[in-house]
Amino acid sequence: MLIIDCPYCGPRPELEFAHGGQAHVVRPADPSKSSDDEWTEYLYLRLNTRGVYAERWRHARGCGRFFNALRDTTTDHFLATYRAGERPPTVAAPRSAP
Amino acid sequence: MQKFSAWSLLREAFRGHQGWKSQWRRAAPKAEYDAVIVGGGGHGLGAAYYLAAEHGLTNIAVVEKGWIGGGNTGRNTTIIRSNYLFDESAALYDHSLKLWENLSQVLNYNVMFSPRGVMMLAHTVHDTQVIKRHVHANRGNGVDNEWLTPEEAKAFCPILNIERNIRYPVLGAALQRRGGTARHDTVAWGYARAADALGVDIIENCEVTGIRRDGAGAVEGLETTRGAIRTRKVGVSAAGHTSVVLGYAGVKLPLESFPLQALVSEPVKPIMPCVVMSNTIHAYMSQSDKGDLVIGAGTDAYNSYTQRGALHINTHTLEAICELFPMVRRLKMMRNWGGIVDVTPDRSPIIAKTPVKGLYVNCGWGTGGFKATPGSAHVFAHTIAHDEPHPINAPFTIERFRDGLLIDEAAAAAVAH
Amino acid sequence: MSGLRTPAGGRVDRGRPLRFTFDGRAYTGFAGDTLASALLAHGVHLVGRSFKYHRPRGIVAAGSEEPNALVTVARDAARRTPNVRATQVELYDGLVAESQNRWPNLSFDVGAINNLLSPLIPAGFYNKTFMWPRKAWFALYEPQIRAAAGFGVAPAHADPDRYAQRFAHCDVLVVGAGPAGLAAALTAAAAGARVLLCDEQAEFGGALLDEHDAVIDGAPVAAWLAATVATLRTNPRVTLLPRTTAFGYFPHNNIGLAERVTDHLADPTPTQPRERLWQVRAREVVLAAGAIERPLVFPGNDRPGVMLASAARSYLHRYGVKVGTRAVVAAGCDAAFQAAVELAAAGVTIAVIADVRAPGSPPGPAEAAARAAGLAIEASATVLGASGRLRVAGVTLGRVGTDGSVTPGARHACDVLLMSGGYTPSVHLHSQSRGKLAFDETLGAFVPGAAAERTRSAGLARGAHGLATALDDGAAAGLAAAAASGHRGDSGPRHAVRALDGGVAGRAGALPQPAGPLPPAKAFVDFQHDVTTRDLALARREGFEAIEHIKRYTTTGMATDQGKTSGLNALGYVADESARAIPDVGLTTFRMPYTPVTFGLFAGVARGDLFDPVRRTPSHDWASARGAVFEDVGMWKRARFFPATGEDLHAAVDRECLAVRHRVGMFDASTLGKIEVVGKDAATFLNRLYVNNWANLGINRSRYGILLRDDGFVYDDGVIARLADDRFHVTTTTGGAARVFAMMEDYIQTEWTDLSVWITSTTEQWAVVAVQGPRARDVLAKLVTDVDLAPAALPHMAVARGRICGVPMLLFRVSFSGELGFEVNVAADYGAEVWAAIHAAGQEHGITPYGTEAMHVLRAEKGYIIVGQDTDGTMTPDDAAVAWAIGKTKPDFVGKRSLERATMKAAGRKQLVGLETVDPGIVLEEGAQVVAAPGQTPPMKMIGHVTSSYHSASLGRSIALGVVAGGRARLGETLYVPMPAGDIAVKVVGPVFYDREGARLNG
Repeated sequence: MLIIDCPYCGPRPELEFAHGGQAHVVRPADPSKSSDDEWTEYLYLRLNTRGVYAERWRHARGCGRFFNALRDTTTDHFLATYRAGERPPTVAAPRSAP
Repeated sequence: MQKFSAWSLLREAFRGHQGWKSQWRRAAPKAEYDAVIVGGGGHGLGAAYYLAAEHGLTNIAVVEKGWIGGGNTGRNTTIIRSNYLFDESAALYDHSLKLWENLSQVLNYNVMFSPRGVMMLAHTVHDTQVIKRHVHANRGNGVDNEWLTPEEAKAFCPILNIERNIRYPVLGAALQRRGGTARHDTVAWGYARAADALGVDIIENCEVTGIRRDGAGAVEGLETTRGAIRTRKVGVSAAGHTSVVLGYAGVKLPLESFPLQALVSEPVKPIMPCVVMSNTIHAYMSQSDKGDLVIGAGTDAYNSYTQRGALHINTHTLEAICELFPMVRRLKMMRNWGGIVDVTPDRSPIIAKTPVKGLYVNCGWGTGGFKATPGSAHVFAHTIAHDEPHPINAPFTIERFRDGLLIDEAAAAAVAH
Repeated sequence: MSGLRTPAGGRVDRGRPLRFTFDGRAYTGFAGDTLASALLAHGVHLVGRSFKYHRPRGIVAAGSEEPNALVTVARDAARRTPNVRATQVELYDGLVAESQNRWPNLSFDVGAINNLLSPLIPAGFYNKTFMWPRKAWFALYEPQIRAAAGFGVAPAHADPDRYAQRFAHCDVLVVGAGPAGLAAALTAAAAGARVLLCDEQAEFGGALLDEHDAVIDGAPVAAWLAATVATLRTNPRVTLLPRTTAFGYFPHNNIGLAERVTDHLADPTPTQPRERLWQVRAREVVLAAGAIERPLVFPGNDRPGVMLASAARSYLHRYGVKVGTRAVVAAGCDAAFQAAVELAAAGVTIAVIADVRAPGSPPGPAEAAARAAGLAIEASATVLGASGRLRVAGVTLGRVGTDGSVTPGARHACDVLLMSGGYTPSVHLHSQSRGKLAFDETLGAFVPGAAAERTRSAGLARGAHGLATALDDGAAAGLAAAAASGHRGDSGPRHAVRALDGGVAGRAGALPQPAGPLPPAKAFVDFQHDVTTRDLALARREGFEAIEHIKRYTTTGMATDQGKTSGLNALGYVADESARAIPDVGLTTFRMPYTPVTFGLFAGVARGDLFDPVRRTPSHDWASARGAVFEDVGMWKRARFFPATGEDLHAAVDRECLAVRHRVGMFDASTLGKIEVVGKDAATFLNRLYVNNWANLGINRSRYGILLRDDGFVYDDGVIARLADDRFHVTTTTGGAARVFAMMEDYIQTEWTDLSVWITSTTEQWAVVAVQGPRARDVLAKLVTDVDLAPAALPHMAVARGRICGVPMLLFRVSFSGELGFEVNVAADYGAEVWAAIHAAGQEHGITPYGTEAMHVLRAEKGYIIVGQDTDGTMTPDDAAVAWAIGKTKPDFVGKRSLERATMKAAGRKQLVGLETVDPGIVLEEGAQVVAAPGQTPPMKMIGHVTSSYHSASLGRSIALGVVAGGRARLGETLYVPMPAGDIAVKVVGPVFYDREGARLNG
């Protein structure tokens, strides 16, 4: 079970959180102006990065807030967590230990 | 190809088994092939075999970044069934099941396909509705699947707990008698040996690092850790790593990769004659020929490439197993392992052409890839050979997501009201 | 008792004899014995049969790495535990153990025929045959193979024992309480860290328990150990967990420990759990798991009586048991000479010590001690074979020339052969944590490399051998771990140690054999799975070169010991044969668990009602007392029907439905999800989210809402009421409550941050009693105050606040039955009483409680859909015949863009319709398929299916809803439902069967 550092509550076990998929996917302001392909990209296409991945978590059994995290999907180590709406912080190359 | 039989085994027994040949050549990449399959799992090796055996393409190769069969082919719980709800899925999986039924003979390799029956449990009124819908749809499609009462289910699997006082009692079950299991590794080896005999190069320890395209954007070759390979056709069958490989050609796919765990018990004398699945309480169990209880665990909630999962996934799985089969509570977990499964938004696979000419993909199998191995490989080979899908995989396009033509088996079982 | 027990010494309590049986025969041992040591004290080596060839097998080791001595221990029929290692079974008075995988008995086993047939059944034989005729594999061959396979027999009954689970946090977790682990715990605890120290054995000490004359800090080893454990025990920051195996290393320093609580007790108290799972979160970890001695690989190395040299020392010093009377020692490691010296001192005849170390090995201190003791040593030796059927009787040695050639040597009679191929550091947990492994050329083994978690290895586990080194290494690791967890300390004085260090370096792979056309007779690499060097050679011959392939082809390392003793030997053999270095052959991944772990330990208390939380509605006890039959809906228990005496489901549902249609019924709707949406932008938010127009919904009015996902498919539905300009009461389906709430939060927090809106789940705050039927108003009028119930004042879909039975109430004039209906919402704590009061008040009107089944019938008669039953995640609002709900002028709502796709508007989509059987007596089966033409045989073209189907007592016939391709254009057509007994003709009708005008709603 991962330990996730909620920006509002601090480190908590993964069971308190719900994964929210890739971060920084923005819903088109006016979907009616999106082409079918653009709309499909918004709905379904995800980076599925092997390496450092920006993702959303919701502290569902805690403060209830969504926030973002940078996690290395090859080690499951978190490099940073940050609030929704913030830009991802610059982080050093993945460390081997959390 | 050296013929395998009881006779050849007997003959070799008298000379210390010195006469057996390598089951496939240790090929090095040639400069050019007519087609290259990326990914040496059952799906990729099978596609190479069918390309050679049915479409006459023998100047082809399978490139594998590790050792063949080392991905999900060798990490699953070996369940085989075809009682899927939607016509498209039933056609694909039943095509596969029919190929399984003869695969040992076709490949001259005993893949140990064992139609011991797959039973899917209903625990709620809603489950019952969903499962009966499957039974009816399957019958219409000519796929065997029958409804059993709890007592009939217990007769088929005597260690099943059908007491009414458990938290989610068994209200009935669907049984597909033609379903069962096979020995996972042998599928990769059997296809490799048969493909090799037809001239296919099987190249292990060869990781793809790039896809070369010509001025018109079409595929013209691969870059690998063992050098560049020219080819106009590339079929990618790389499971959890598909996103990475397709990314080399700029193709984005609606895929996410999740850790999936499975585990086995220590071997015990036979207690479990069939496969039992419960989607509602997440329990999947069968017993291997070796005597291990083979148990499927769940996926973790986050995407990951670590090939391992969390402890609480295992506790959750074994809670369900011990509830359904209380007499296994004292048995012991011998080994647990993790794989990476690639999942599409509708949890059905993609077996299709891509927007890049000459690039084909077979992915998105989620937790269901092993059972589909022969069928998927067969229609994928057709797609590569003809640059057009086989009628069976025609619905399994990338474009179905754009068009909303989802094949959503899981949503059909959605619990609500 | 035989003369194999030493007159004194060891850690067993000779004052406490214990009786036990093995295969029905009675023996005695002492407190402190294991089953293995007690059997060996009686000269019993033969304890089991191997998996495949059923070869007689003896005890090889003294610890958890034991590959052979698997037995079944049975307290009773339900408490039978198969496949436990005799070396880890602590003796208790009355213990009953049985051998496994043999018939009719251990010394004469019919299955041993497989040993004679072994030329026919090499590795992978089953891939090559049993293919003809096609059906024979499943019908004939496989059942035979299955019957022969397996080890122990599973219990036939449910396990009555209890298993407990604990979570624990610590600064430093130390795994292994040998010298390095103890030293680490001492320094870490002294630095102020909270320390958790676990060890799989019953006693702390690890290798120290097997020591005899070592001296630490001036004290005999046993005294030092006792003092050290006492020091740790009295430190409140230290938790000691003996009999506790660290079995799994999970991400973020989450380690699973399995504590065996009662298996060693003759008479456990019922309050104790059998085992306890510890889920530890450690800031830092010290892995001091020691090392495992490797067997030597030579023909006949599996005979009972052939065992590890370290095990012989352990049995002698710890248990006071001589494992034989005349020993040959095959020393592939200097440490084996020490065993020979000590056994000789205890009176065991050492026939010869065969020095089988790799050529050029430096002389070691233990070898010098053996020479000084005058023991016979044969240099440059190899072992050519061991003879004896149920017990080793003799060993044939050979001599290895300088050119590597082997010449046969003498046969030495013996009753025990002690072997050592050197030691393999236990890197399992380090590897499980995804730490790298590095090959140490000097040791000839893998040691931990770079860590991937906050962990470090110490002592023998990383190849630091010798007692003094292990203590120093452990102390340093404990200090470093404490410091990394924020506790600085100092290492204190170094330990003064006097002990012999035979080292750990040895050899891996097979011992040299004379050249010949064929590999030698069975030389076992994996004892339990009967994998020989011949099998490994065959795998390579057939092209399996990757070590993972070799493993899977031969099954080496896949037995219950997971390759603890066989792994490096397999690698060494393959490396030798393919002229590669061991690291070039590769390494298979270490997977959890370290040793097998009981399923029940993982499942813990999650059995029966504790398997999953039970959610009960306010009327649950009332309904239960009246014999209601419940159904599981998610975690909820919902009353499905209320049978009167003698009624079945159908009779009860008919009665309940008729009561609602003609008089009045009451239904507990509390499970519906409820979300309060508040804020100045609440209406805007719902407008963007739901398909409907909410801007024009008046205060104290409600509306049926449809929620889509952004892919355009129906996700949820429910009535939404506007309680104030800035306040909405949203209801959801029972199953959808949590996910709709999460979806709302997602849009509020991450998409529409411009909106001022908050949501709160109020599902559990409100009890909801639906009162439905023509007399509903009359019933409520007796209890409700502050609300005008008159139709003009409270029309259909109106909402009012008032009181019922004197408590605050939110009253909805809504109907899911098609009758005049109300839904009374009160605070959940009042729910049970209000329910009872309504029931009492309704008596004069014949009020009838009804369950979910009648609710389903009533709504189906009206054509109201149930999301998840009449829809399945691939249906648009138009498909589900609820497109009327869409706010036509809205620029956007979730899902709108997806509905614009051409395929969503294409003809021929499946649409919700009513299906009326031509024979009104036939009730269709839900899920049954619909076809256009009768008389088809599979595969047939199916154009739809039945989603809901009931007998309608009100209409005196069956009714059904279904989805049919192009359904609304087919009204009036006759279609067919093919059933095994024949086709059922159905007429396509509109989905509303009862009161099509909706007049009754407005009553």
